[in-house]
Amino acid sequence: MIGGGIDTGTRIVGPDVDFLAIGPVLALAVAALVVILVRAILRKRGPVNQISLGVGLAGVAAAGVLLGIQWNEVRDDGTITTIAGAVRLDTFGVFLGVVVLAATAMSLFLAASYLEREELEAPEYYALMLLSAAGMLTMTTANDLIVVFVALELLSIPLYVLAAFDRRRLSSQESGIKYFVLGAFSSAVFLYGIALTYGATGTTSLTGIADFLSANTLFEQGTLLAGLALLLVGLGFKVAAVPFHMWTPDVYQGAPTPVTAFMSSATKAAGFAALLRLLGVAFPLYRTDWRPAILGLAVLSLAVGSIAAVIQTDVKRILAYSSIAHAGYILIGLQVDTARGRQASLFYLLVYAFMTVGAFAVITVATRKGDDKHSLDDYRGLALRRPVVGGLLGFFVLAQAGVPLTGGFVVKLEIFSSAVDAGEYGLAIVGVLAAVVAAFIYLRIAVALFTSPGGEAADASEDRPVDRWTAAVLAVTTAAVLFAGILPGAWLTFAKDATFL
Amino acid sequence: MESDFPILSALIVTPALGALVVMAMPARRPECVRLAGYVFSFAVLALAGWLLFHYEAGSGYQFVEREQWLGDLGVQYKVGVDGISLFMVALNALLFPIALFASANITERTKSFFAWMLALEAALMGVFLSLDLIVFFVFFEFVLVPMYFLILGWGHGRRTYAALKFFIFTMAGSAFLLVGVLVLAFLHSDHTGKLTFDLATLTAWAPEGLDPGAAKALFLGFFAAFAVKVPLFPLHTWLPDAHTEAPTAGSVILAGMLLKMGVYGFLRFSLPLFPQAAVDLAPLLLVLATIGIIYGAIVAAMQPNVKRIVAYSSVAHMGFAVLGIFALTTQGLDGGVFTMISHGLTTSALFLLLGMLYDRRHSYEVDAYRGLWKVMPVLGGLFCVAAFASIGLPGFSGFIGEFLALIGTFIVEKPYAVVGAIGVVFAAVYLLWVFQRTFMGRPTGENAKMKDIGFRELACVVPLLALSLFLGIWPKPVLDVIEPDVKEVIQQVERGSDYREPAPAFEDAPSGHDDGGHE
Repeated sequence: MIGGGIDTGTRIVGPDVDFLAIGPVLALAVAALVVILVRAILRKRGPVNQISLGVGLAGVAAAGVLLGIQWNEVRDDGTITTIAGAVRLDTFGVFLGVVVLAATAMSLFLAASYLEREELEAPEYYALMLLSAAGMLTMTTANDLIVVFVALELLSIPLYVLAAFDRRRLSSQESGIKYFVLGAFSSAVFLYGIALTYGATGTTSLTGIADFLSANTLFEQGTLLAGLALLLVGLGFKVAAVPFHMWTPDVYQGAPTPVTAFMSSATKAAGFAALLRLLGVAFPLYRTDWRPAILGLAVLSLAVGSIAAVIQTDVKRILAYSSIAHAGYILIGLQVDTARGRQASLFYLLVYAFMTVGAFAVITVATRKGDDKHSLDDYRGLALRRPVVGGLLGFFVLAQAGVPLTGGFVVKLEIFSSAVDAGEYGLAIVGVLAAVVAAFIYLRIAVALFTSPGGEAADASEDRPVDRWTAAVLAVTTAAVLFAGILPGAWLTFAKDATFL
Repeated sequence: MESDFPILSALIVTPALGALVVMAMPARRPECVRLAGYVFSFAVLALAGWLLFHYEAGSGYQFVEREQWLGDLGVQYKVGVDGISLFMVALNALLFPIALFASANITERTKSFFAWMLALEAALMGVFLSLDLIVFFVFFEFVLVPMYFLILGWGHGRRTYAALKFFIFTMAGSAFLLVGVLVLAFLHSDHTGKLTFDLATLTAWAPEGLDPGAAKALFLGFFAAFAVKVPLFPLHTWLPDAHTEAPTAGSVILAGMLLKMGVYGFLRFSLPLFPQAAVDLAPLLLVLATIGIIYGAIVAAMQPNVKRIVAYSSVAHMGFAVLGIFALTTQGLDGGVFTMISHGLTTSALFLLLGMLYDRRHSYEVDAYRGLWKVMPVLGGLFCVAAFASIGLPGFSGFIGEFLALIGTFIVEKPYAVVGAIGVVFAAVYLLWVFQRTFMGRPTGENAKMKDIGFRELACVVPLLALSLFLGIWPKPVLDVIEPDVKEVIQQVERGSDYREPAPAFEDAPSGHDDGGHE
């Protein structure tokens, strides 16, 4: 339980805090506060936006360095538990922290030029993104349901604002409101799940729950199972698994594209961090109960994500549905509940972050000003007019389709291997068939890119140039996706080291 | 053998490097791009020539290289060449320079075209050289991407539809292959504790280790992927569309190499890994192959589009190859492999010639052409030769392949051979009929003004037809190399199943057929 032990006297003794364990979170939070301070002091004078971005990147860099130190620490000396057991730092947490941080850094890069072009420049944007990232990092190391909840809120509330950040655009407002209403609803569900779990076990600590369940046999399992189900619903919402995905297409479509990139990569990683920890740490004894539930989520996500994408005509919506399908693949790794499965899921989250940020990075520069023209027709002939930009979008969608020699293939291979290894042949077949269906829609994007538009010729003068920031993101993501596809050895070892919970 | 030069990796890497070099070139200088494309593809041809020269018949896989790739899955990059893959590699190396040379009409985005072509060559090399199932799958699947973009970017009218259909059909098939490969490897690892995708290891284990039901299911999983690629009836419908809409070079490679991937897959993977299942399910394959032979020929005769005619003829020809292979006799397998080589030569020549017609008139409709022989005697003569070669006239390679395939089938399964032989007659019908309608008679309208083919075009077609003629008259050098490995496949099947190859009816049966082409 959080809050530490209460002394017999009146003096309240705070728990021990290992500052290394929460260092990255602090770095991001401090950076966010500095950004707000700078804004308050400088107001509109001087290069306030550039300073904010600089502070934000410095915070991310500091957090990255701390994560590196943490990695060496926990890999060599084992797990660190601190703040009265509320925070548990292990390789798993650090790994997903790296995913979150990489996604955050790339999203900040994308935002730098995007905000300027869309005339949305405001330091608050950076502060909100940093706070959200701090929430995500908290999530990856949370060992207590209360901490998970706090992290969930800390990551969500800034995201609601970010989704609606383009306040003059109606679809962005819609995106923010939808995300907020459904997000608040799912948080409430999650909270109720915590209450029921606490009622059944008398603790909110994840390791405490596991200890309690291994030491005691419950007469009445209903409360606990209901609690577990509600927790799954709450997290299912965050990772956009069917049937809790309804918000995804609208929110992804309406939100400013860098925010969409951030949501699809970092939020997903954070949500899966909590899900993996919840199932693997707190409820390993109930695997016969939750495995069928995850199976259902995985199959539904694969089916809906792939099939519903086929009838979409908006590229951002297509990518939203594909992110639902990707959640399905990652859930396969959870469902099989083996070390190989967890490794595959972690590896998938890492590579997927680069694939999806890369795709959205191209989208920020591919279309005209306004960020609302993303129908397939708007992308027609893009690769002919601008070979590099269009070619890269083609590359990223093919990677997401799982074409060999890209990271997208290797991650799917690992996922299917884990399913087959666990004897889940049916799940593997559903997975490959979903990949075939999804390929159809990815190819429709490719077709649009490589066929010349009929009728009016595209006006090249309105094309956005690719600025340095976006170019850097594209270079990094392309390299990462190729590298993961051709020489995945080092990445796999990294994911393997992170699998024990 | 004596040198340590990684010749097989060089065969894969050289075209891939070529693709990168081409991509790095400025788009404003198409002539440089072309030159680079020729240089790299001829370099590959030279490497393949070296390989042909240094290959020693009958000593199993040679020039084997191995390297760890995906450590945690036990996937290794392992390549090697035997008599069966040797000629696929050689054919691949031969067809690409020709296809590139014949692509002078590609003036739009030349750079991308050459880059995709070279990438395709690299991927195909990988398909025929891989000895690890996952690495094979990687190349097998990757082949789709360049071909998809070649059809989409430089194809004809309904190219979007054709490219999409091609990709989805073949990807759906290979989905089952991937699951099959994984299941096979993990079953192996459950029994032996070692996770590997190495073909040799799995071949040694699978026939004994798999239970019959699993083997049959896995055979069908592999079958789904390979049957779509061959293509076997009724999974062939992507082929006519893809062929018709593809640019000439694309059609050449599609017919010459891509279809071979399916037959090769059956030969290399399905038979050795699942011998008993293959023996049990052979009737299914034989029936589908025979239907393909007859159906392909009949439908070909009905087509108004010349490219579709040749496309359907491919269905028939590949039917012979599958028929020969699943007859499970030495002659049958010899014939199957030989048909693959021969079909690669003759059908590619036909597509090149049709492409030359298209360059002049922009039509593939049979009705658009008439009396061409009068105005273009050289092309007419070459088309005549190519048609006869494709029909399987004695003296051409097509005859040897189909004759051996039919003989091999006749030994064990007479009805299929008899029906298949009728297909040979049909082949004469559709090709001679189309020849008659387009090249005979009096040239009308624009046909009277067509220019005959030039030196460059001649240089593309003549080597193919000459090789077909050479192999038709003297197939021995090729058959001598194929046969030891074909026998090895049959022995693998015999070891792993209750099947025994019937003893040859006459003493020196295999060598007796070698001079079947002397007329």
